[in-house]
Amino acid sequence: MATFKDFRNDVKPNWCPGCGDFSVQAAIQRAAANLGLEPHQLAVISGIGCSGRISGYIHSYGFHGTHGRVLPLAQGVKMANRDLTVIAAGGDGDGFAIGMGHTVHAIRRNIDITYIVMDNQIYGLTKGQTSPRSAAGFQTKSTPYGSIEPALSPLEIALSAGATFVAQGFSSDLKELTSLIEEGVKHKGFALINVFSPCVTYNKVNTYEWFKERLVKISDIEGYDPSDREKAMQTVMKYDGLVTGIIYQNKEQKSYQELVPGYSETPLAEAELKMSKEKFAELVAEFM
Amino acid sequence: MIEQLSWKVGGQQGEGIESTGEIFSTALNRLGYYLYGYRHFSSRIKGGHTNNKIRVSTKPVRAVADDLDILVAFDQETIDFNFHELHSGGIVIADAKFNPVIPEGKGVALYAVPFTDIATQLGNPLMKNMVAIGATSAVLDLDAAVFESVVVDTFGRKGAQVVGKNMEAIRAGAQYMKDELNGQAKTMKLAKADGKRRMFMIGNDAIALGAIAGGARFMAAYPITPASEIMEYLIKKLPDFGGAVIQTEDEIAACTMAIGANYAGVRAFTASAGPGLSLMAEAIGLAGMTETPLVVVDTQRGGPSTGLPTKQEQSDLLAMIYGTHGEIPKIVMAPSTVEEAFYDMAEAFNLAEEYQCPVIFLSDLQLSLGKQTVEPLDYDRVEIRRGKLMNGELPPLPDKDNFKRYEITPDGVSPRVLPGTKYGIHHVTGVEHAETGRPSETAANRRAQMEKRMRKLEHIHFPTPVHKQLRHEEPDLLLIGFLSTRGAIEEAMERLEQDGVKVNHAHIRLLHPFPVDDIRPLVEKAKRVVVVEQNATGQLANLLKMNVGHADKIASVLKFDGNPFLPGDVYTKCKELLAQWPPLKISAMM
Repeated sequence: MATFKDFRNDVKPNWCPGCGDFSVQAAIQRAAANLGLEPHQLAVISGIGCSGRISGYIHSYGFHGTHGRVLPLAQGVKMANRDLTVIAAGGDGDGFAIGMGHTVHAIRRNIDITYIVMDNQIYGLTKGQTSPRSAAGFQTKSTPYGSIEPALSPLEIALSAGATFVAQGFSSDLKELTSLIEEGVKHKGFALINVFSPCVTYNKVNTYEWFKERLVKISDIEGYDPSDREKAMQTVMKYDGLVTGIIYQNKEQKSYQELVPGYSETPLAEAELKMSKEKFAELVAEFM
Repeated sequence: MIEQLSWKVGGQQGEGIESTGEIFSTALNRLGYYLYGYRHFSSRIKGGHTNNKIRVSTKPVRAVADDLDILVAFDQETIDFNFHELHSGGIVIADAKFNPVIPEGKGVALYAVPFTDIATQLGNPLMKNMVAIGATSAVLDLDAAVFESVVVDTFGRKGAQVVGKNMEAIRAGAQYMKDELNGQAKTMKLAKADGKRRMFMIGNDAIALGAIAGGARFMAAYPITPASEIMEYLIKKLPDFGGAVIQTEDEIAACTMAIGANYAGVRAFTASAGPGLSLMAEAIGLAGMTETPLVVVDTQRGGPSTGLPTKQEQSDLLAMIYGTHGEIPKIVMAPSTVEEAFYDMAEAFNLAEEYQCPVIFLSDLQLSLGKQTVEPLDYDRVEIRRGKLMNGELPPLPDKDNFKRYEITPDGVSPRVLPGTKYGIHHVTGVEHAETGRPSETAANRRAQMEKRMRKLEHIHFPTPVHKQLRHEEPDLLLIGFLSTRGAIEEAMERLEQDGVKVNHAHIRLLHPFPVDDIRPLVEKAKRVVVVEQNATGQLANLLKMNVGHADKIASVLKFDGNPFLPGDVYTKCKELLAQWPPLKISAMM
């Protein structure tokens, strides 16, 4: 049995000391071990930005792709090998700006992968510009007079796009984050986990303290039922998105793979590439 | 008795013009004739002139005919738009309903046949198409019964009554025309065909079939003209093979998803046209940098921007060779016939895996959508070769070491393992990386990895990089083209030969890396070289000059008005160029 240490490698992350992404890295490693995975059974697919580096810091298969395209890449991997555990990871710019089109469609497509967004409300690697998650009025290098555009709410978007699993975590709570990732991986379908992962260098507003003062645990809300989509939407709106835990889960909806007609039950990557001469003749005959 | 017929049916889009052409040509194909069809259509669903020009021959044909023997018209616009193509002795068969008129003095006969009235009397005005087919069959002296099997295939699921009615409409049209002709000499009796059953398909069918034969089991694509038929075919057929097609939110997703699937070990691809390929440029670079096999089909259409979405052009060539930022190894191939499209598409997956790089499979609208008779395809010729893909168990690696996915090797190609393989863990990134896949920015590593990647294609083995038709040791003229212009060039070549011009022909099937060793001797031995291509800037000619030199004896014949080259276009422009060599302008435009 692999332990979380087996998912570590000897690459030193180039994240700033105190970066929230360290916790996400640790939570993925712990969740993978808790789920009984071996390193070679996990593929971490990541986007571009500080967060995108994460696939290189985990001892597993990893693919660091292009900016905003982590989800198409990850969905392709999963379609090719349904036995692999596929975790996609990226930042808020990656998922909610340049890649937003893919995010919404991956959500509604519901392929069985887990998508972790390291949401720090800022562009870090390009040294501090506004993100679609930055609040109105937020001052950055690209919004010196304060952001004019409002922050978008990934949880509301996910819920309205037909998500079957929506969760939110916080880098300070490794235990909860680990458990959310485990649940996301176990979920049969697309799991979105937005993680408040503070940028200690460029975001002096949304700090660890800022979140600690505001975040509400969904488990502390009495009578909360994560299968109630309407309630989930209301709760997210009521708390302005500042909740953590499993916000919504639809366990009934079948995943994309379960619905594709004829889709191989064994990894497609192992499919036979030749066909019988009879089958070929049958295909050809249709053109006669 | 005629050996060849050029027939065209035209009317408003959405009126069944396509199915009229389809039923007519499929029936003739089943009689053993060689068919070549080209549709003129617009980017709209209903309305607007559309036509389907079909060439019927007892011998293989690969080009649209210069002129027209018979024009079947459902409206006056069809006559006005196409009349100039009819030669003296040609026939217009038009629906009497619109009181057709034709220009005088060209020796063309007009037959106004009440297509709509006859169909309405039989119970459904939509059957006017069948009446028109019947009228045509009378001119060709074909028995209406030859259409029966196609009518059964087309309408069978609607019941025997519908089949019967449609056959009745064909017979009624034939009878009306027979009475009209009244034994006049206007019949164009077709010489008998060999009766062999051959395939009748568009290039996109062959590309799609080639993909499945080549082991493609996953496709991600976004609909676009003229590529959509490829995904539509795979959506129907891949379930039989356990595979799947995802219609993505855009072409960026399509290409990236195909990369993800290839990385994880499935033969996966995408297909699009120019606008889609522009969006995919970054992803193609990712495949190049990460050495992930990838096949992308580009069915070229009129550009730039939305351009001429339903018209023929070959103007993506240089963009496909050079269109990513930075430098990557890439293969760009271009079949010259539908048969080659099948074999080459299957081979594209082998090349992508053997050289671990993107393969751009070029087509053009004429090749992709032109429907034609195809010689039997031999599945035994299709090989599956997976290059340096590691099979079976791997030896354990030292603690936490990565598998050297990007190992420096003499041929530049490194062993490849698939995710999920024990002891094969490695990192893949679009960032410059070391042998283990981990990011590295050192100058020495950069040089080593860049050289390794570029080395992969230095000795590419490509079965037939150039289709050659060499009749002369030292020709007066070497004609060069790529993709669907082959038929027009071949026919122009015959006519030029009849005029006493010694002509050789080279059709380039591997555009990148450019097959310099194959082409250079041909260019050196020719007195003059004319490159025939469908774009405004002479992209292939420029590529040729860049790779083999001899710019002073290379001229271009260019056509970029949206229509395919006719054999007569190539012949006439070559004659003009030869009469005034060296040409004042380097290009002769259509």
